[in-house]
Amino acid sequence: MNTLIALVGLGVLCLLFEIINLRKLLVPATILGLLGVLALTVSEYNMPGSYYGNMIAVNAFSVSFSSLFIVLTIFLIALSHNFYESHQSKLSDFIAIKIFLLSGAVAMVSFGNLAMFFLGIEVLSISLYILAASSRLNLKSNEAGMKYFLLGSFASGIILFGICMIYGAMGTFDTTEIAELSRSAELPIWFPIGIALVTIGMFFKIAAVPFHFWAPDVYEGSPALTTATMSTLAKVTAMATLFKLLTAMNAEISYQYQIVVVIVSMASMTVGNIMALKQANVKRMLAFSGISHAGYMLMTLLSTNNSAGNLLYYAAAYSLSGIAAFAVILYVCKNRDNEDIVNFHGLGKTNPLLAAILTGALLSMAGIPIFAGFFAKLTLFSQTIQAGYLVLVIVAVVNSIISVGYYFKLILAMYTKEADKARTGTPVLIYGVAIVSILLNLALGLFPSLVMDLLG
Amino acid sequence: MNNILNHIGIENYIFLSVILFCIGVFGVLYRRNAIIVFMSIEIMLNAVNLLFVAFSTYHQDAQGQVFVFFSMAVAAAEVAVGLAILVSIFRNLGSIDIDNLKKLKG
Repeated sequence: MNTLIALVGLGVLCLLFEIINLRKLLVPATILGLLGVLALTVSEYNMPGSYYGNMIAVNAFSVSFSSLFIVLTIFLIALSHNFYESHQSKLSDFIAIKIFLLSGAVAMVSFGNLAMFFLGIEVLSISLYILAASSRLNLKSNEAGMKYFLLGSFASGIILFGICMIYGAMGTFDTTEIAELSRSAELPIWFPIGIALVTIGMFFKIAAVPFHFWAPDVYEGSPALTTATMSTLAKVTAMATLFKLLTAMNAEISYQYQIVVVIVSMASMTVGNIMALKQANVKRMLAFSGISHAGYMLMTLLSTNNSAGNLLYYAAAYSLSGIAAFAVILYVCKNRDNEDIVNFHGLGKTNPLLAAILTGALLSMAGIPIFAGFFAKLTLFSQTIQAGYLVLVIVAVVNSIISVGYYFKLILAMYTKEADKARTGTPVLIYGVAIVSILLNLALGLFPSLVMDLLG
Repeated sequence: MNNILNHIGIENYIFLSVILFCIGVFGVLYRRNAIIVFMSIEIMLNAVNLLFVAFSTYHQDAQGQVFVFFSMAVAAAEVAVGLAILVSIFRNLGSIDIDNLKKLKG
Protein backbone atom coordinates (compact mmCIF):
# COMPACT_ATOMS: atom_id res chain seq x y z
CA MET A 1 0.00 0.00 0.00
CA ASN A 2 2.78 2.40 0.95
CA THR A 3 4.46 1.71 -2.38
CA LEU A 4 1.78 3.52 -4.32
CA ILE A 5 1.76 6.59 -2.08
CA ALA A 6 5.55 6.78 -2.02
CA LEU A 7 5.73 6.53 -5.81
CA VAL A 8 3.24 9.32 -6.43
CA GLY A 9 5.10 11.46 -3.88
CA LEU A 10 8.37 10.76 -5.69
CA GLY A 11 6.82 11.77 -9.01
CA VAL A 12 5.67 15.10 -7.59
CA LEU A 13 9.11 15.58 -6.06
CA CYS A 14 10.70 15.14 -9.50
CA LEU A 15 8.61 18.01 -10.82
CA LEU A 16 9.60 20.15 -7.81
CA PHE A 17 13.31 19.48 -8.46
CA GLU A 18 13.03 21.40 -11.70
CA ILE A 19 11.44 24.39 -9.94
CA ILE A 20 14.14 24.63 -7.29
CA ASN A 21 16.92 24.29 -9.89
CA LEU A 22 18.40 20.96 -8.85
CA ARG A 23 18.34 19.41 -12.30
CA LYS A 24 21.84 17.93 -11.94
CA LEU A 25 20.75 15.91 -8.93
CA LEU A 26 17.56 14.69 -10.56
CA VAL A 27 18.65 11.29 -11.93
CA PRO A 28 20.70 10.17 -8.89
CA ALA A 29 18.04 11.41 -6.45
CA THR A 30 15.25 9.62 -8.33
CA ILE A 31 17.22 6.40 -8.46
CA LEU A 32 17.91 6.62 -4.72
CA GLY A 33 14.22 7.34 -4.11
CA LEU A 34 13.22 4.32 -6.18
CA LEU A 35 15.69 2.13 -4.28
CA GLY A 36 14.00 3.33 -1.08
CA VAL A 37 10.59 2.47 -2.49
CA LEU A 38 11.94 -0.93 -3.51
CA ALA A 39 13.03 -1.59 0.08
CA LEU A 40 9.62 -0.45 1.31
CA THR A 41 7.90 -2.81 -1.13
CA VAL A 42 10.06 -5.80 -0.28
CA SER A 43 9.42 -5.25 3.42
CA GLU A 44 5.70 -5.83 2.78
CA TYR A 45 6.37 -9.29 1.35
CA ASN A 46 5.41 -11.13 4.51
CA MET A 47 2.55 -8.84 5.43
CA PRO A 48 -0.37 -9.53 3.13
CA GLY A 49 -3.37 -7.36 3.76
CA SER A 50 -6.02 -5.22 2.15
CA TYR A 51 -6.36 -1.47 2.50
CA TYR A 52 -8.97 1.24 1.87
CA GLY A 53 -11.96 -1.07 1.77
CA ASN A 54 -10.05 -3.65 -0.30
CA MET A 55 -9.17 -1.11 -3.00
CA ILE A 56 -5.55 -2.26 -2.68
CA ALA A 57 -4.74 -5.86 -1.85
CA VAL A 58 -1.11 -6.56 -0.95
CA ASN A 59 0.08 -10.14 -1.34
CA ALA A 60 3.15 -12.04 -2.49
CA PHE A 61 2.09 -11.71 -6.14
CA SER A 62 1.69 -7.94 -6.04
CA VAL A 63 4.87 -7.40 -4.02
CA SER A 64 7.09 -9.48 -6.29
CA PHE A 65 5.76 -8.00 -9.51
CA SER A 66 5.91 -4.45 -8.09
CA SER A 67 9.54 -5.04 -7.17
CA LEU A 68 10.29 -6.21 -10.71
CA PHE A 69 8.62 -3.09 -12.15
CA ILE A 70 10.58 -0.82 -9.81
CA VAL A 71 13.87 -2.45 -10.83
CA LEU A 72 12.98 -2.00 -14.51
CA THR A 73 12.09 1.66 -13.94
CA ILE A 74 15.41 2.27 -12.19
CA PHE A 75 17.17 1.02 -15.33
CA LEU A 76 14.97 3.09 -17.62
CA ILE A 77 15.59 6.25 -15.59
CA ALA A 78 19.33 5.64 -15.54
CA LEU A 79 19.21 5.40 -19.34
CA SER A 80 17.20 8.61 -19.70
CA HIS A 81 20.08 10.78 -18.47
CA ASN A 82 21.99 10.11 -21.67
CA PHE A 83 18.97 9.84 -23.95
CA TYR A 84 17.54 13.28 -23.15
CA GLU A 85 20.94 15.01 -23.22
CA SER A 86 19.78 17.49 -25.82
CA HIS A 87 16.46 18.21 -24.04
CA GLN A 88 17.82 18.92 -20.58
CA SER A 89 15.05 21.40 -19.77
CA LYS A 90 12.42 18.68 -20.14
CA LEU A 91 14.29 15.98 -18.24
CA SER A 92 12.23 16.32 -15.07
CA ASP A 93 8.96 16.02 -17.01
CA PHE A 94 10.07 12.83 -18.71
CA ILE A 95 11.27 11.29 -15.46
CA ALA A 96 8.13 12.32 -13.59
CA ILE A 97 5.97 10.75 -16.32
CA LYS A 98 7.97 7.53 -16.01
CA ILE A 99 7.39 7.48 -12.25
CA PHE A 100 3.66 8.05 -12.71
CA LEU A 101 3.68 5.26 -15.29
CA LEU A 102 5.25 3.04 -12.66
CA SER A 103 2.55 3.98 -10.15
CA GLY A 104 -0.05 2.92 -12.71
CA ALA A 105 1.78 -0.38 -13.18
CA VAL A 106 1.89 -1.00 -9.42
CA ALA A 107 -1.83 -0.22 -9.14
CA MET A 108 -2.50 -2.74 -11.91
CA VAL A 109 -0.95 -5.65 -10.04
CA SER A 110 -2.15 -4.74 -6.54
CA PHE A 111 -5.81 -3.94 -7.15
CA GLY A 112 -8.56 -5.42 -5.04
CA ASN A 113 -11.31 -3.57 -6.81
CA LEU A 114 -12.00 -3.23 -10.52
CA ALA A 115 -12.07 0.57 -10.18
CA MET A 116 -8.43 0.50 -9.11
CA PHE A 117 -7.60 -1.80 -12.01
CA PHE A 118 -9.20 0.59 -14.49
CA LEU A 119 -7.47 3.64 -13.03
CA GLY A 120 -4.12 1.82 -13.05
CA ILE A 121 -4.39 0.76 -16.67
CA GLU A 122 -5.40 4.27 -17.70
CA VAL A 123 -2.56 5.94 -15.79
CA LEU A 124 -0.11 3.57 -17.48
CA SER A 125 -1.61 4.03 -20.95
CA ILE A 126 -1.93 7.82 -20.82
CA SER A 127 1.70 8.14 -19.69
CA LEU A 128 2.74 5.94 -22.59
CA TYR A 129 0.74 8.00 -25.11
CA ILE A 130 2.66 11.07 -23.96
CA LEU A 131 6.02 9.31 -24.10
CA ALA A 132 5.33 7.80 -27.53
CA ALA A 133 4.56 11.21 -29.04
CA SER A 134 7.20 13.03 -27.01
CA SER A 135 9.54 13.76 -29.91
CA ARG A 136 7.26 16.61 -30.98
CA LEU A 137 8.89 17.69 -34.24
CA ASN A 138 9.42 14.18 -35.55
CA LEU A 139 6.56 13.07 -37.76
CA LYS A 140 7.24 9.38 -37.09
CA SER A 141 6.88 9.93 -33.36
CA ASN A 142 3.66 11.89 -33.91
CA GLU A 143 2.26 9.08 -35.97
CA ALA A 144 3.27 6.46 -33.43
CA GLY A 145 1.66 8.49 -30.63
CA MET A 146 -1.56 8.93 -32.58
CA LYS A 147 -1.83 5.26 -33.53
CA TYR A 148 -1.09 4.17 -30.00
CA PHE A 149 -3.59 6.66 -28.62
CA LEU A 150 -6.41 5.60 -30.94
CA LEU A 151 -5.95 1.87 -30.47
CA GLY A 152 -5.17 2.20 -26.77
CA SER A 153 -8.32 4.15 -25.99
CA PHE A 154 -10.30 1.79 -28.20
CA ALA A 155 -9.01 -1.09 -26.08
CA SER A 156 -9.77 0.86 -22.90
CA GLY A 157 -13.34 1.30 -24.10
CA ILE A 158 -13.66 -2.47 -24.57
CA ILE A 159 -12.17 -3.12 -21.11
CA LEU A 160 -14.60 -0.60 -19.60
CA PHE A 161 -17.53 -2.35 -21.26
CA GLY A 162 -16.28 -5.65 -19.88
CA ILE A 163 -16.04 -4.22 -16.35
CA CYS A 164 -19.58 -2.87 -16.76
CA MET A 165 -20.86 -6.31 -17.73
CA ILE A 166 -19.12 -7.92 -14.75
CA TYR A 167 -20.69 -5.28 -12.51
CA GLY A 168 -24.07 -5.94 -14.05
CA ALA A 169 -23.75 -9.63 -13.33
CA MET A 170 -22.34 -9.36 -9.81
CA GLY A 171 -23.48 -6.00 -8.45
CA THR A 172 -20.03 -5.24 -7.05
CA PHE A 173 -16.56 -4.22 -8.17
CA ASP A 174 -14.77 -5.98 -5.34
CA THR A 175 -12.73 -8.92 -6.65
CA THR A 176 -13.04 -11.05 -3.52
CA GLU A 177 -16.83 -10.67 -3.53
CA ILE A 178 -16.88 -11.44 -7.25
CA ALA A 179 -14.75 -14.54 -6.63
CA GLU A 180 -17.24 -15.76 -4.03
CA LEU A 181 -20.28 -15.01 -6.18
CA SER A 182 -18.73 -16.71 -9.19
CA ARG A 183 -18.73 -20.04 -7.31
CA SER A 184 -22.51 -20.13 -7.31
CA ALA A 185 -24.11 -22.33 -9.91
CA GLU A 186 -26.38 -19.79 -11.58
CA LEU A 187 -24.33 -17.04 -13.18
CA PRO A 188 -25.94 -14.39 -15.38
CA ILE A 189 -24.72 -14.61 -18.98
CA TRP A 190 -23.24 -11.11 -18.53
CA PHE A 191 -20.37 -12.43 -16.44
CA PRO A 192 -18.68 -14.54 -19.15
CA ILE A 193 -19.34 -11.76 -21.67
CA GLY A 194 -17.60 -9.32 -19.36
CA ILE A 195 -14.63 -11.62 -18.82
CA ALA A 196 -14.34 -12.11 -22.60
CA LEU A 197 -14.41 -8.35 -23.28
CA VAL A 198 -11.82 -7.59 -20.58
CA THR A 199 -9.62 -10.34 -21.99
CA ILE A 200 -9.87 -8.92 -25.52
CA GLY A 201 -8.90 -5.49 -24.20
CA MET A 202 -5.91 -6.95 -22.37
CA PHE A 203 -4.87 -8.88 -25.51
CA PHE A 204 -4.69 -5.47 -27.19
CA LYS A 205 -2.45 -4.17 -24.43
CA ILE A 206 -0.05 -7.12 -24.50
CA ALA A 207 -0.12 -7.11 -28.33
CA ALA A 208 -1.16 -10.72 -28.88
CA VAL A 209 -2.20 -11.82 -32.37
CA PRO A 210 -4.81 -10.90 -33.77
CA PHE A 211 -4.69 -7.64 -31.80
CA HIS A 212 -1.02 -6.95 -32.50
CA PHE A 213 -1.10 -4.78 -35.63
CA TRP A 214 -0.37 -1.54 -33.78
CA ALA A 215 2.78 -2.80 -32.06
CA PRO A 216 5.39 -2.76 -34.89
CA ASP A 217 4.44 0.73 -36.07
CA VAL A 218 4.30 2.20 -32.59
CA TYR A 219 7.56 0.54 -31.52
CA GLU A 220 9.36 1.78 -34.63
CA GLY A 221 8.08 5.34 -34.50
CA SER A 222 8.45 6.08 -30.80
CA PRO A 223 11.70 7.43 -29.37
CA ALA A 224 14.01 4.49 -28.59
CA LEU A 225 13.76 4.84 -24.82
CA THR A 226 9.96 4.79 -25.00
CA THR A 227 10.16 1.64 -27.09
CA ALA A 228 12.29 0.13 -24.35
CA THR A 229 9.63 1.10 -21.79
CA MET A 230 6.82 -0.37 -23.84
CA SER A 231 8.50 -3.61 -24.72
CA THR A 232 9.69 -4.37 -21.20
CA LEU A 233 7.69 -2.62 -18.49
CA ALA A 234 4.33 -2.15 -20.22
CA LYS A 235 4.21 -5.63 -21.75
CA VAL A 236 5.14 -7.41 -18.53
CA THR A 237 2.65 -5.31 -16.57
CA ALA A 238 -0.23 -6.07 -18.91
CA MET A 239 0.58 -9.79 -18.83
CA ALA A 240 0.75 -9.89 -15.02
CA THR A 241 -2.52 -7.96 -14.82
CA LEU A 242 -4.34 -10.35 -17.12
CA PHE A 243 -3.08 -13.24 -14.99
CA LYS A 244 -4.13 -11.51 -11.77
CA LEU A 245 -7.56 -10.58 -13.14
CA LEU A 246 -8.38 -14.16 -14.04
CA THR A 247 -7.11 -15.58 -10.75
CA ALA A 248 -8.49 -12.83 -8.47
CA MET A 249 -11.99 -13.08 -9.86
CA ASN A 250 -11.82 -16.85 -9.82
CA ALA A 251 -13.04 -16.75 -13.40
CA GLU A 252 -13.58 -20.46 -13.94
CA ILE A 253 -11.42 -20.91 -17.03
CA SER A 254 -13.73 -23.00 -19.13
CA TYR A 255 -12.72 -25.38 -21.88
CA GLN A 256 -13.70 -22.94 -24.64
CA TYR A 257 -11.68 -20.18 -22.99
CA GLN A 258 -8.63 -22.43 -22.84
CA ILE A 259 -9.00 -23.26 -26.54
CA VAL A 260 -9.04 -19.52 -27.31
CA VAL A 261 -5.91 -18.98 -25.21
CA VAL A 262 -4.14 -21.87 -26.95
CA ILE A 263 -5.01 -20.53 -30.40
CA VAL A 264 -4.04 -16.94 -29.57
CA SER A 265 -0.81 -18.15 -28.03
CA MET A 266 0.12 -20.28 -31.06
CA ALA A 267 -0.81 -17.50 -33.48
CA SER A 268 1.21 -14.90 -31.54
CA MET A 269 4.34 -17.03 -31.52
CA THR A 270 4.11 -18.00 -35.17
CA VAL A 271 3.17 -14.62 -36.61
CA GLY A 272 5.64 -12.79 -34.36
CA ASN A 273 8.58 -15.00 -35.22
CA ILE A 274 7.91 -15.30 -38.94
CA MET A 275 7.35 -11.57 -39.41
CA ALA A 276 10.48 -10.79 -37.39
CA LEU A 277 12.62 -12.77 -39.85
CA LYS A 278 12.32 -10.17 -42.62
CA GLN A 279 12.72 -6.97 -40.61
CA ALA A 280 15.67 -4.67 -41.23
CA ASN A 281 14.88 -2.26 -38.40
CA VAL A 282 16.00 -3.51 -35.00
CA LYS A 283 13.15 -1.84 -33.07
CA ARG A 284 10.61 -3.39 -35.43
CA MET A 285 12.31 -6.76 -35.08
CA LEU A 286 12.14 -6.53 -31.30
CA ALA A 287 8.46 -5.55 -31.58
CA PHE A 288 7.71 -8.80 -33.39
CA SER A 289 9.92 -10.68 -30.97
CA GLY A 290 7.84 -9.11 -28.16
CA ILE A 291 4.66 -10.36 -29.83
CA SER A 292 6.06 -13.90 -29.86
CA HIS A 293 7.11 -13.60 -26.20
CA ALA A 294 3.55 -12.49 -25.36
CA GLY A 295 2.49 -15.77 -26.94
CA TYR A 296 4.85 -17.75 -24.69
CA MET A 297 3.70 -15.88 -21.59
CA LEU A 298 0.05 -16.58 -22.43
CA MET A 299 0.82 -20.27 -21.86
CA THR A 300 0.84 -19.55 -18.11
CA LEU A 301 -2.90 -18.85 -18.26
CA LEU A 302 -3.55 -22.53 -18.96
CA SER A 303 -2.59 -23.68 -15.47
CA THR A 304 -3.31 -20.67 -13.30
CA ASN A 305 -3.08 -22.57 -10.00
CA ASN A 306 0.66 -23.03 -9.97
CA SER A 307 2.15 -20.94 -12.77
CA ALA A 308 2.48 -17.55 -11.04
CA GLY A 309 6.12 -18.27 -10.22
CA ASN A 310 6.81 -19.24 -13.83
CA LEU A 311 5.20 -16.06 -15.11
CA LEU A 312 7.33 -13.95 -12.76
CA TYR A 313 10.47 -15.78 -13.82
CA TYR A 314 9.72 -15.53 -17.52
CA ALA A 315 8.78 -11.87 -17.20
CA ALA A 316 11.98 -11.08 -15.28
CA ALA A 317 14.16 -12.96 -17.78
CA TYR A 318 12.50 -11.37 -20.80
CA SER A 319 12.45 -7.82 -19.48
CA LEU A 320 16.02 -7.85 -18.14
CA SER A 321 17.38 -9.06 -21.46
CA GLY A 322 15.19 -6.46 -23.17
CA ILE A 323 16.71 -3.70 -21.03
CA ALA A 324 20.25 -4.91 -21.80
CA ALA A 325 19.51 -5.04 -25.54
CA PHE A 326 17.92 -1.59 -25.57
CA ALA A 327 20.81 -0.08 -23.61
CA VAL A 328 23.14 -1.15 -26.41
CA ILE A 329 20.68 0.01 -29.09
CA LEU A 330 20.48 3.43 -27.41
CA TYR A 331 24.26 3.71 -27.48
CA VAL A 332 24.68 2.53 -31.07
CA CYS A 333 21.81 4.49 -32.59
CA LYS A 334 22.35 7.77 -30.77
CA ASN A 335 22.30 10.64 -33.30
CA ARG A 336 21.38 8.28 -36.17
CA ASP A 337 18.07 8.80 -37.95
CA ASN A 338 17.04 5.14 -37.84
CA GLU A 339 17.75 1.88 -36.04
CA ASP A 340 18.54 -0.31 -39.05
CA ILE A 341 20.81 -3.33 -38.68
CA VAL A 342 23.42 -1.49 -40.81
CA ASN A 343 24.22 0.62 -37.74
CA PHE A 344 25.36 -2.48 -35.88
CA HIS A 345 27.92 -3.58 -38.45
CA GLY A 346 31.31 -4.20 -36.92
CA LEU A 347 30.28 -3.48 -33.34
CA GLY A 348 32.17 -6.62 -32.32
CA LYS A 349 35.45 -4.97 -33.33
CA THR A 350 34.84 -1.38 -32.34
CA ASN A 351 33.16 -2.10 -29.04
CA PRO A 352 33.56 -5.75 -27.96
CA LEU A 353 31.98 -5.31 -24.51
CA LEU A 354 28.67 -3.90 -25.73
CA ALA A 355 28.58 -6.39 -28.59
CA ALA A 356 29.01 -9.23 -26.10
CA ILE A 357 26.21 -7.83 -23.92
CA LEU A 358 23.83 -7.50 -26.87
CA THR A 359 24.72 -11.04 -27.94
CA GLY A 360 23.96 -12.30 -24.42
CA ALA A 361 20.63 -10.47 -24.33
CA LEU A 362 19.58 -11.87 -27.70
CA LEU A 363 20.69 -15.39 -26.74
CA SER A 364 18.61 -15.11 -23.58
CA MET A 365 15.55 -14.08 -25.64
CA ALA A 366 16.16 -16.96 -28.04
CA GLY A 367 16.45 -19.38 -25.11
CA ILE A 368 20.06 -20.56 -25.20
CA PRO A 369 21.32 -22.15 -21.94
CA ILE A 370 23.03 -20.45 -19.02
CA PHE A 371 20.92 -17.35 -19.71
CA ALA A 372 17.67 -16.99 -17.81
CA GLY A 373 15.56 -17.14 -20.97
CA PHE A 374 16.40 -20.81 -21.43
CA PHE A 375 15.30 -21.89 -17.95
CA ALA A 376 12.19 -19.72 -18.19
CA LYS A 377 11.17 -21.52 -21.36
CA LEU A 378 12.16 -24.91 -19.95
CA THR A 379 9.99 -24.67 -16.85
CA LEU A 380 7.14 -23.06 -18.76
CA PHE A 381 7.11 -25.80 -21.40
CA SER A 382 7.38 -28.66 -18.92
CA GLN A 383 4.52 -27.20 -16.89
CA THR A 384 2.37 -26.82 -19.99
CA ILE A 385 3.05 -30.45 -20.95
CA GLN A 386 1.94 -31.50 -17.47
CA ALA A 387 -1.27 -29.52 -17.98
CA GLY A 388 -1.84 -31.62 -21.11
CA TYR A 389 -1.13 -29.29 -24.03
CA LEU A 390 1.48 -31.25 -25.97
CA VAL A 391 0.67 -29.72 -29.38
CA LEU A 392 1.04 -26.20 -28.03
CA VAL A 393 4.47 -27.03 -26.61
CA ILE A 394 5.59 -28.57 -29.91
CA VAL A 395 4.57 -25.38 -31.75
CA ALA A 396 6.39 -23.33 -29.11
CA VAL A 397 9.61 -25.33 -29.46
CA VAL A 398 9.53 -25.06 -33.26
CA ASN A 399 9.01 -21.32 -32.85
CA SER A 400 11.97 -21.02 -30.50
CA ILE A 401 14.11 -22.58 -33.22
CA ILE A 402 12.77 -20.14 -35.84
CA SER A 403 13.49 -17.22 -33.53
CA VAL A 404 17.20 -18.13 -33.39
CA GLY A 405 17.31 -17.17 -37.10
CA TYR A 406 16.61 -13.47 -36.68
CA TYR A 407 18.49 -13.08 -33.42
CA PHE A 408 21.57 -14.51 -35.14
CA LYS A 409 21.09 -12.17 -38.09
CA LEU A 410 21.88 -9.27 -35.76
CA ILE A 411 24.70 -11.13 -33.99
CA LEU A 412 26.36 -12.02 -37.31
CA ALA A 413 26.05 -8.41 -38.48
CA MET A 414 27.97 -7.31 -35.38
CA TYR A 415 30.83 -9.77 -35.75
CA THR A 416 31.33 -10.46 -39.47
CA LYS A 417 30.65 -7.13 -41.23
CA GLU A 418 33.02 -4.19 -41.45
CA ALA A 419 32.31 -1.16 -39.29
CA ASP A 420 30.98 1.90 -41.10
CA LYS A 421 32.22 4.51 -38.65
CA ALA A 422 33.45 4.41 -35.10
CA ARG A 423 31.42 5.71 -32.17
CA THR A 424 33.11 7.83 -29.56
CA GLY A 425 32.55 8.29 -25.84
CA THR A 426 31.78 5.82 -23.09
CA PRO A 427 28.59 6.95 -21.35
CA VAL A 428 28.95 5.44 -17.88
CA LEU A 429 25.25 5.02 -17.15
CA ILE A 430 24.50 3.14 -20.36
CA TYR A 431 27.43 0.79 -19.76
CA GLY A 432 26.35 0.36 -16.14
CA VAL A 433 22.74 -0.46 -17.01
CA ALA A 434 23.77 -2.89 -19.74
CA ILE A 435 26.26 -4.72 -17.51
CA VAL A 436 24.05 -4.86 -14.41
CA SER A 437 20.98 -6.06 -16.29
CA ILE A 438 22.82 -8.81 -18.17
CA LEU A 439 24.50 -9.90 -14.92
CA LEU A 440 21.09 -10.03 -13.21
CA ASN A 441 19.84 -12.10 -16.13
CA LEU A 442 22.78 -14.50 -15.74
CA ALA A 443 22.24 -14.71 -11.99
CA LEU A 444 18.60 -15.62 -12.58
CA GLY A 445 19.75 -18.25 -15.04
CA LEU A 446 22.19 -19.79 -12.55
CA PHE A 447 19.84 -19.66 -9.56
CA PRO A 448 16.28 -19.97 -10.88
CA SER A 449 14.91 -20.84 -7.46
CA LEU A 450 15.64 -17.29 -6.25
CA VAL A 451 12.62 -16.05 -8.16
CA MET A 452 10.61 -19.22 -8.69
CA ASP A 453 10.12 -19.81 -4.97
CA LEU A 454 8.78 -16.32 -4.33
CA LEU A 455 5.40 -17.40 -5.66
CA GLY A 456 4.69 -21.03 -4.93
CA MET B 1 -36.45 5.54 -10.29
CA ASN B 2 -36.58 1.80 -9.78
CA ASN B 3 -40.19 1.79 -11.00
CA ILE B 4 -39.15 3.28 -14.30
CA LEU B 5 -36.42 0.67 -14.62
CA ASN B 6 -38.90 -2.12 -13.93
CA HIS B 7 -41.22 -0.60 -16.45
CA ILE B 8 -38.65 -0.38 -19.22
CA GLY B 9 -36.59 -3.44 -18.34
CA ILE B 10 -32.83 -3.68 -17.92
CA GLU B 11 -32.50 -5.48 -21.28
CA ASN B 12 -33.55 -2.40 -23.19
CA TYR B 13 -30.87 -0.36 -21.45
CA ILE B 14 -28.32 -2.97 -22.47
CA PHE B 15 -29.54 -2.92 -26.06
CA LEU B 16 -29.34 0.87 -26.18
CA SER B 17 -25.82 0.87 -24.77
CA VAL B 18 -24.65 -1.86 -27.11
CA ILE B 19 -26.05 0.03 -30.10
CA LEU B 20 -24.34 3.26 -29.00
CA PHE B 21 -21.10 1.35 -28.34
CA CYS B 22 -21.21 -0.20 -31.81
CA ILE B 23 -21.85 3.21 -33.39
CA GLY B 24 -18.68 4.36 -31.63
CA VAL B 25 -16.72 1.30 -32.79
CA PHE B 26 -17.75 1.78 -36.41
CA GLY B 27 -16.93 5.47 -36.17
CA VAL B 28 -13.41 4.62 -35.02
CA LEU B 29 -12.99 2.05 -37.77
CA TYR B 30 -14.45 3.95 -40.73
CA ARG B 31 -14.13 7.72 -40.20
CA ARG B 32 -10.89 9.32 -41.37
CA ASN B 33 -11.10 12.70 -39.65
CA ALA B 34 -9.24 12.52 -36.35
CA ILE B 35 -11.70 14.76 -34.48
CA ILE B 36 -14.61 12.51 -35.47
CA VAL B 37 -12.61 9.47 -34.39
CA PHE B 38 -12.14 11.13 -30.99
CA MET B 39 -15.87 11.79 -30.79
CA SER B 40 -16.54 8.13 -31.60
CA ILE B 41 -14.29 7.04 -28.75
CA GLU B 42 -16.23 9.36 -26.46
CA ILE B 43 -19.49 7.78 -27.63
CA MET B 44 -18.09 4.35 -26.76
CA LEU B 45 -17.11 5.46 -23.26
CA ASN B 46 -20.38 7.30 -22.64
CA ALA B 47 -22.43 4.31 -23.80
CA VAL B 48 -20.69 2.33 -21.06
CA ASN B 49 -21.33 5.12 -18.53
CA LEU B 50 -25.04 4.96 -19.33
CA LEU B 51 -25.03 1.22 -18.72
CA PHE B 52 -23.15 1.68 -15.44
CA VAL B 53 -25.88 4.01 -14.17
CA ALA B 54 -28.61 1.64 -15.32
CA PHE B 55 -26.96 -1.31 -13.57
CA SER B 56 -26.41 0.83 -10.51
CA THR B 57 -30.14 1.46 -10.23
CA TYR B 58 -30.89 -2.16 -11.08
CA HIS B 59 -28.74 -3.40 -8.18
CA GLN B 60 -29.76 -0.51 -5.86
CA ASP B 61 -26.05 0.11 -5.31
CA ALA B 62 -24.19 3.43 -5.55
CA GLN B 63 -20.79 2.01 -6.58
CA GLY B 64 -21.70 2.03 -10.26
CA GLN B 65 -22.49 5.74 -10.21
CA VAL B 66 -19.21 6.50 -8.44
CA PHE B 67 -17.38 4.51 -11.09
CA VAL B 68 -18.93 6.76 -13.74
CA PHE B 69 -17.17 9.74 -12.18
CA PHE B 70 -13.87 7.93 -12.42
CA SER B 71 -14.39 6.93 -16.01
CA MET B 72 -15.46 10.48 -16.97
CA ALA B 73 -12.35 11.97 -15.37
CA VAL B 74 -10.16 9.40 -17.11
CA ALA B 75 -11.85 10.04 -20.46
CA ALA B 76 -11.26 13.78 -20.08
CA ALA B 77 -7.56 13.22 -19.34
CA GLU B 78 -7.27 10.85 -22.28
CA VAL B 79 -8.82 13.29 -24.73
CA ALA B 80 -6.61 16.11 -23.45
CA VAL B 81 -3.53 14.05 -24.32
CA GLY B 82 -5.04 12.97 -27.64
CA LEU B 83 -5.80 16.55 -28.67
CA ALA B 84 -2.25 17.58 -27.76
CA ILE B 85 -0.88 14.86 -30.06
CA LEU B 86 -3.33 16.00 -32.74
CA VAL B 87 -2.12 19.62 -32.48
CA SER B 88 1.49 18.56 -32.98
CA ILE B 89 0.47 16.47 -36.01
CA PHE B 90 -1.40 19.43 -37.44
CA ARG B 91 1.65 21.66 -36.99
CA ASN B 92 3.86 19.17 -38.83
CA LEU B 93 1.47 18.05 -41.55
CA GLY B 94 -1.13 20.79 -41.91
CA SER B 95 -3.94 18.23 -41.86
CA ILE B 96 -5.79 16.03 -39.39
CA ASP B 97 -6.77 13.30 -41.82
CA ILE B 98 -5.44 10.07 -40.33
CA ASP B 99 -4.93 8.61 -43.81
CA ASN B 100 -1.96 10.94 -44.12
CA LEU B 101 -0.19 9.06 -41.34
CA LYS B 102 1.57 6.35 -43.26
CA LYS B 103 5.28 6.84 -42.76
CA LEU B 104 5.50 3.68 -40.67
CA LYS B 105 5.05 0.56 -42.78
CA GLY B 106 6.64 -2.81 -43.21
